[in-house]
Amino acid sequence: MELSEEIIRLHYDINDEDFSAAGEASSAVKKTLSRLGVSPETVKRVAIAMYEAEINAVIHADGGAADIEITPQQIKVVISDRGPGIPNMEAAMQPGFSTATESVRELGFGAGMGLPNMKRYTDEMYVDTKIGVGTTVTLIVKI
Amino acid sequence: MKAREVAEKLNMIILTGDGDQEVTGLYTCDLLSWVISHASSGDMWVTVMNNLNILAVASLADVACIVLPENVEADEKLLERAQEKEITLIATSRSAANVIAEASKWIESER
Ligand SMILES: Nc1ncnc2c1ncn2[C@@H]1O[C@H](COP(=O)(O)OP(=O)(O)OP(=O)(O)O)[C@@H](O)[C@H]1O
Ligand SMILES: [Mg+2]
Repeated sequence: MELSEEIIRLHYDINDEDFSAAGEASSAVKKTLSRLGVSPETVKRVAIAMYEAEINAVIHADGGAADIEITPQQIKVVISDRGPGIPNMEAAMQPGFSTATESVRELGFGAGMGLPNMKRYTDEMYVDTKIGVGTTVTLIVKI
Repeated sequence: MKAREVAEKLNMIILTGDGDQEVTGLYTCDLLSWVISHASSGDMWVTVMNNLNILAVASLADVACIVLPENVEADEKLLERAQEKEITLIATSRSAANVIAEASKWIESER
């Protein structure tokens, strides 16, 4: 495989039942990007940002889907869920802000670093969220 | 120095993986989204977290290996999945602080 002018599209369902399997989609994308010859640094940025979005879809919503679009210019990851939505986006973006439950915290989540990490590791980040409808996070990393 | 060699020097037990990864640094923290953005590729990551999510974090952050300190147990499921993902998982009775202190002597001595 090689990065050609052709657009590569990938789709994954993010299952919320097997909590421990969360991260499978991110791991699969990481492998694909490495195989395509994308630089390790770029691969890591995509992998971290996508993992955070994937985990959020599992922890805070009831799972969702991931759609990835790879072109020679950029990697775009769209994670969407039909969860409760984010009431206060400004607060949610603050490092340390978390509504994670005690049981989720016991597993090592809930540092309130997920959204800040996504911002830090991507070139562009958009969050489209609506109470009671769901959240769609778009992450773009330029190659 | 390879993960296998560091484990040997510190009398730690390799539970899964071949320990063939080069250890270039040390890191310890249990908050997963903190780890994933602050650990460096090649770090030996010491954590008391023993749920399956540490495997995804380890492979996404490209750490060299995971060390479970203070006799933290690895259950069947964790061992099975770590083996599958070819992640080097190490166990020890040492504390996290002790692992870092002792391992740093060997890793630095090589630089
Ligand atoms: N997909 C989502 N649906 C609903 N709420 C969300 C979603 N993603 C984030 N949030 C809200 O935003 C908060 C901050 O998210 P962020 O990822 O930064 O931290 P966290 O998930 O709580 O902890 P960490 O990511 O460090 O494990 C969450 O606690 C939650 O309240
Ligand atoms: Mg999060």
